[in-house]
Amino acid sequence: MTTAAATAPLARRKPPLAVRRRRFLVAVANHSLLIAVAVLFLAPFAFIALTALMSTNQALSSHLWPQPFRWSNFVDVWSKAPLLRWALNTAMYSGLATLGVLVSSIPVAYALSRLRWRGRDAVFLVVLVALMLPPQVSVIPVYVLWAKLHLVGTLWPLIIPSWLGDAFSIFLLRQFFLTIPEEYLDAARVDGCGELRILTTVVLRLAKPAIAAVALFSILYTFNDYFLPLLYVGESPHHWVASIGLSQFRSLHQVQWNLTMAATLLVMAPVIVLFFLAQKAFVEGVTLTGVKG
Amino acid sequence: MADVSFDRATRIYPGTEAPAVDALELEIPDGEFMVLVGPSGSGKTTALRMLAGLEEVDAGAVLIGGRDVTDLPAKERDVAMVFQNYALYPYLSVAANIGFPLKIAHVKKSERERRVREAAELLGLVDYLARKPGQLSGGQRQRVAMGRAIVREPSVFLMDEPLSNLDAKLRVQMRADIAALQDRLGTTTVYVTHDQAEAMTLGDRVAVMKDGRLQQCDEPRVLYERPVNTFVAGFIGSPAMNLCTLPCSNGAVSFGGSRIPVPAGNGEVVVGLRPESLELAGEGLPAEVQVVEELGADAYVFCASALGRLVARTEAKRAPARGERVALRPVAEEAHLFDAGGERVSGIDH
Repeated sequence: MTTAAATAPLARRKPPLAVRRRRFLVAVANHSLLIAVAVLFLAPFAFIALTALMSTNQALSSHLWPQPFRWSNFVDVWSKAPLLRWALNTAMYSGLATLGVLVSSIPVAYALSRLRWRGRDAVFLVVLVALMLPPQVSVIPVYVLWAKLHLVGTLWPLIIPSWLGDAFSIFLLRQFFLTIPEEYLDAARVDGCGELRILTTVVLRLAKPAIAAVALFSILYTFNDYFLPLLYVGESPHHWVASIGLSQFRSLHQVQWNLTMAATLLVMAPVIVLFFLAQKAFVEGVTLTGVKG
Repeated sequence: MADVSFDRATRIYPGTEAPAVDALELEIPDGEFMVLVGPSGSGKTTALRMLAGLEEVDAGAVLIGGRDVTDLPAKERDVAMVFQNYALYPYLSVAANIGFPLKIAHVKKSERERRVREAAELLGLVDYLARKPGQLSGGQRQRVAMGRAIVREPSVFLMDEPLSNLDAKLRVQMRADIAALQDRLGTTTVYVTHDQAEAMTLGDRVAVMKDGRLQQCDEPRVLYERPVNTFVAGFIGSPAMNLCTLPCSNGAVSFGGSRIPVPAGNGEVVVGLRPESLELAGEGLPAEVQVVEELGADAYVFCASALGRLVARTEAKRAPARGERVALRPVAEEAHLFDAGGERVSGIDH
């Protein structure tokens, strides 16, 4: 009897009906909530996409579904606005500013986290204060500075400050560098590395997720930035970035919501693609450092 | 290869007053396997890091091969170190990890590959060269860390508790491997551990540290047989030596009716008896058996007595049962004697 029981295939026990029902209801409740939140986030995007495919009249009507789909809006919008110029300006602003943030913030974060020197904590306090300071506070003296350098009306007042360190990036990277076990750095020191070599061959490799997160934050920030470009290049259409361009486009073509939305969608597309490509690194970097963007 | 010496080397961490390492004097001849042992906070790892150049030396000096390296950075000291957590770069393959110090030293690629292969052959890692550290077992990772140290052919090997993350069986095996490797390479090695069994089996000499101070440095057998103070007596040997403070009168102390002669003076002395120097006998100090640890042929009998908790070793087949009343008798000629300050009483040799 016992032998037969032992050799029989193990039957998986089914949980009682009440437990199964409760699990099912919990799953339905969870999914309903998630779907509702997803709809809430996706609705504006869907509205933009659908309106971008409508005719001008349709866009002003109460219809939600385009009939027919006017893909030509995306072609028309190129002739109505210098989208390529805006895109190039945005790429230059985002690219150079992000590169600057990385080049300037990584060594500072390393020095603040891994090197022992007098006054280190005081300097970190200054970084924290800078982090809490809204850019509007310093905007007038900084504007005067750039005006005296005759650089207002160019992209340089937007790009150059990024090469002088960014408080948020320094803070985020410092927190991540602190999580790297000291033994890695000690091993490299004993193996013959100087501090710069440790930074470039060991720390940068181990801190990839945090660096990717900082780069993404910077790209998103510069891409969305409206205030500073308006201040420095608002009067110089040749240097408009996408955010300024779009806002001007909307005021010029106010009744043509379909074209405005098509332009918006084209401007949004690269950031959305970038976010999906780097989503993993982005989330990892943020969770590992315990910092919220 | 080189000799190493600590010349009153001291380290005081910023913000603290007590030195982590206090005027350490230690001479390690060329090719010796020196083990630094002590409990947590004894300063053994700090001393090793001072030698590596990873910790500042606040007073005194550190010399390698007769050269004062006190103020030299780690990379200029020609030492290699194996860390407790191995510190293998997770993004590099085993081959790249082992070859890392050679790459930093700009050794030619062909030469680098040859030396990595040699080290891998020596450590039985040839089949794993293309793997990443994450794909290796604890023992293999430990060997990769060893490989990274030996590939440089340094003057001195430094090892900071390299076996503490391995399971007991693997630790014993790796212990033998490290001893054989050091013997074969003949490189001066400084090895830090808190495990006295590891210290006793590996070291040509063992330096026992406590609170930043060197207590005794000698061959393992001498440490066991002639501990200079009660700390070393209690730290070396497992189970620890029984230490009882007893009054001395007429040149002797009485332990459960047995007379143990004391060379000079009256007052109190600390009597140290190894478990093997305490016998279960018909007559002696009455005690009650609390725990019996059977280890195959032998058994350790932990008893409660009027002199505190005592441990005696006996044959496993003669071991008493828990709760049994027994009598403990010391082997008087094997007793260690310390003064009230814990220092060995001179004139007693075993």
